[in-house]
Amino acid sequence: MAVDVAIACAKAVFMILLVLQVMGLGVFFERKVSAVIQDRIGANRAAILGFAGLGMVNTLVADPVKFLLKEDVTPAGADRFLHFLAPIIAVVPAVAAFAVIPFGDVLEAGGRVITLQAAQLNVGVLYVLAMAALGVYGVVIAGWASNNRWSLLGGIRGSAQMISYEIAMGLALIGVVLTYGTLDLQDMVRQQGKLIWGWLPAWGVFYQPLAFILFLVAGIAESKRIPFDLPESESELVSGYFTEYSGAKHLMFMMADFVEVVLVAALITTFFFGGWQVPWLMRDGFHLFGQVYAVPAAWIVVPILQVTSFMLKVIFFTFFQIVVRWTLPRFRYDQLMRLGWQGLLPVGLVNVMVTAAVILAAGTVA
Amino acid sequence: MSPLVFVVLAALTLGAAVAVVLNRNPVYSALALVSTLALLSCFFVGLEAYLVWALQLVVYAGAIVVLFLFVIMLLNVQREESVLPAPGVVAGVGVGAGLLALGVAHAVTRAPAVAMPAVAEGYGSPAHLARRLFTDYLVPFEITSVLLLVAIVGAVVLGKRRI
Repeated sequence: MAVDVAIACAKAVFMILLVLQVMGLGVFFERKVSAVIQDRIGANRAAILGFAGLGMVNTLVADPVKFLLKEDVTPAGADRFLHFLAPIIAVVPAVAAFAVIPFGDVLEAGGRVITLQAAQLNVGVLYVLAMAALGVYGVVIAGWASNNRWSLLGGIRGSAQMISYEIAMGLALIGVVLTYGTLDLQDMVRQQGKLIWGWLPAWGVFYQPLAFILFLVAGIAESKRIPFDLPESESELVSGYFTEYSGAKHLMFMMADFVEVVLVAALITTFFFGGWQVPWLMRDGFHLFGQVYAVPAAWIVVPILQVTSFMLKVIFFTFFQIVVRWTLPRFRYDQLMRLGWQGLLPVGLVNVMVTAAVILAAGTVA
Repeated sequence: MSPLVFVVLAALTLGAAVAVVLNRNPVYSALALVSTLALLSCFFVGLEAYLVWALQLVVYAGAIVVLFLFVIMLLNVQREESVLPAPGVVAGVGVGAGLLALGVAHAVTRAPAVAMPAVAEGYGSPAHLARRLFTDYLVPFEITSVLLLVAIVGAVVLGKRRI
């Protein structure tokens, strides 16, 4: 019993650490990738004993320390309780959503079979959508509690935007759920280990390319970053819903944004790019063109390869989103709403209909 | 669910529900409503009805109350002035609520202990629920969707003067 509790805690801690590390890497990418795109050098001033680590000391040590040491201002006339609560509400659901994302298959050790997933839930997809939906409260409450016109406008824009794009997100996922016939993320990733025509991994992106594009767009919109950063839009609203936040609270809103970027990357990996699957790697070794190439010490090496694969994919899609953020200009508000309701929504509905019809015709799901 | 957890959760839920009514600030009322719905969903976890739990969070907490908040903020509703009804009304409501609570307590304590029937494996899972919904309860389901469609069309007609 005590061992089981310890294992459950260890899995949760591992997942949270993984998320926070990738998030830190995301912040580092944000500074350095933007520098490369804008043809400048980027953060490289701060150093510890002459060690700047390509700007990592600047972005991962100096910046957070500076944020934490800044004065924490609560504006006059603000709702003190909700102003304090909003950053917490923004961060918690984003981190909690990772509980159902599998980061590996199973680890068999000491007579136990440990599923490498913090919480195995038969409604994992719905749980992820619920947590994504709860994130909007942080934005709305921050906007309202700051007693500031810009903040309020940012909060209202944020809630309208997130509700609009959650619909497209859900519709994209319905196609994936229909394809794999399960709402359990671990089960979904296991099914992506099969092969199409004996060589192509059965990843979601090959079955549901349209759903992948829909999910990518809706996911970037959910994380409220350029080109969808209307709730912040510096040129109109100063800093939108977190205009009146300083110091550590401001840092928490930034953190919530980046955790959402990592969450979208992890979900894209899980739904469309085989999650922890390494192509052609089964529990005993690589299966390629009818041959089996055994992996030595498979009980430990295979899980390590899988977790590494999952992390590399998540890091790649985090990087990808940051490149998108520094490449595209911001939408206008009417363009944003038109894209969500007149673009993504009908395409998502058509995708669901076509997927359902194909599955019905093929007769794979009774 | 252990009785202790149940009592604590029930007390929190009731507290949040009372806060919805008593708060004079509509934003706080809406937030108390979210808390009530989220706490209610915990009881579904206790019953291992994970699907209902997730749907409760997605639909109520994630969508409906967000729209409440959206409307409250857009209309910029201010604090309500406290208007107490006549003392007689307050006393009457209090006595009525007390009698109701006594009646419920009486019924609960006098109820004969019945062994709970065991449910089958996979009861309440998405597949099980979907199969029942689309076979045994198909007609009510379809009628509900028509009702929702009527509501949507009505909302569009009311919202747009010129279509």
